[in-house]
Amino acid sequence: MLYDTLIGPFAEFEFMRRALAGVLTLALGGAPVGVFLMLRRMSLVGDAMAHAILPGAAIGFLLSGLNLIAMTVGGLVAGFAVALLAGLVARVTELKEDASLATFYLFSLALGVTIVSIRGTNIDLLHVLFGNVLALDDPTLIAIAINATVTMLLLALIYRPLVMECVDPLFLRSVSRAGAPAHLVFLALVVINLVNGFHALGTLLAVGLMVLPAGIARFWTRDVSAMIVIAVVSALVAGYAGLVVSFFTRVPPGPAIILAAALIYLVSLLFGPVRGLLRQAFPGRHLEA
Amino acid sequence: MACLRLHDVTLGYDRHPAVHHLSGEVPSGTLLAVVGPNGAGKSTLFRGIVGLLKPLAGTIAIDGGKPRDIAYLPQLADIDRSFPISVFDFVGMGLLRRTGLFGRIGARDRDAIEHVLGQVGLTGFEARAIGTLSGGQMQRMLFARLMLQDARVIVLDEPFNAIDAKTSADLLALVRNWHAEGRTVLAALHDIDLVRANFPQTLLLAREPVGWGPTGEVLTADNLAIARRMCEAFDDAAAACAADLPPAHAA
Repeated sequence: MLYDTLIGPFAEFEFMRRALAGVLTLALGGAPVGVFLMLRRMSLVGDAMAHAILPGAAIGFLLSGLNLIAMTVGGLVAGFAVALLAGLVARVTELKEDASLATFYLFSLALGVTIVSIRGTNIDLLHVLFGNVLALDDPTLIAIAINATVTMLLLALIYRPLVMECVDPLFLRSVSRAGAPAHLVFLALVVINLVNGFHALGTLLAVGLMVLPAGIARFWTRDVSAMIVIAVVSALVAGYAGLVVSFFTRVPPGPAIILAAALIYLVSLLFGPVRGLLRQAFPGRHLEA
Repeated sequence: MACLRLHDVTLGYDRHPAVHHLSGEVPSGTLLAVVGPNGAGKSTLFRGIVGLLKPLAGTIAIDGGKPRDIAYLPQLADIDRSFPISVFDFVGMGLLRRTGLFGRIGARDRDAIEHVLGQVGLTGFEARAIGTLSGGQMQRMLFARLMLQDARVIVLDEPFNAIDAKTSADLLALVRNWHAEGRTVLAALHDIDLVRANFPQTLLLAREPVGWGPTGEVLTADNLAIARRMCEAFDDAAAACAADLPPAHAA
């Protein structure tokens, strides 16, 4: 019985195994990036970026149909363009990053929906907006795996300046030139992982497996490294649980995964030891010193 | 030996000068106080010296070093105190120029971090998150990071603001130590008595330099009155500064 529920779907169906491999890979790359998005107060920026990759993916779709490689390349190009332009405008002019990004992503989203509706059907639009984790083919899985690997390597490379840029940007600027490149590499990583999530979860939910696990981790630890580990683990659990739920119900896999993550988030919010609601309501007697 | 050379430096924002035509030399090993009313250009001067602000005119030269070799304590640190990082790791940032972005932080570096934490009186705070520190403890921690940078030139922008007497006395003792070790220290300060008692050299700044030299000769009642009369407002209709124009009758 337990076997049938928890392992059976994956043992029996190849598309479930592929979906599981895709989601787990996604979690490994996306969750750490999500932690830094949260720490830099850029969670909503991530959301905006998710919309920004749409026109690129749509152009890829126009040129070669539902070919996920073409859509990946297109999404990467569009995402990088918007991230770099927004970052540059923010660094060079008075406009702050949020304002300049909002401009670029709205333009980008409108362009993307226009392109898809010109050529595609409603089903295509649905696929683009919500993804389809149950239809991952080999090249797509490999693309996701490459993206996740690149993410982990690059994140390890820029870890030190990235943390410093978060905690004390002025100090980093006064001792090193690494701040701006680290920031740009980080934005690129955000895009790479959004494109990754785009295949499985669609443009609207792609950022979910990045932002929610990071939020969960914040309730369990005050240490950055531990936060990354917890975020990855909760993303893995949410991905797996979402697929299982989706298999036995009529809930589509994308929303099921995000709902599973939201459930973990809710539990963390209530019971997390770091300023969880219960801990705040019953803090215990104050200490001597 | 001069260590810091300012040649006709004008620093400012949107073409408006905040420091106007400042020239002078800071010999190596100087303990220099920079004094002046709010808006006199002290912070602007420091931002120029450490390379965060490009001069509108003139040159700033640092002998045998780059601006990034200077240890700089800004007046308004842009620190995200909610970031989950321990005091130990935060102070360790001071090692960046030595270890680089990837270098290992080994046992000797750890000892060095412990040592500077001890010197600022924060032993036992290693594992604390920076968000839990008080204002004074925060300043002690920033001093610890500054010491770890082991810089020949140290620039402190109003280091004793909003700090209690005990803490500022402790930190001032550290500043005097650096001076004794032969480092060059520049500090922007408001407490005239503290400057008179501890800083041999003073630059009195009111956008333009009012006086620069031995503290006793600079901080006279007349000079302070001149500095206080400085006009703070920028004039958008002001003409381009004539001092920058070549003389009309030059042959």
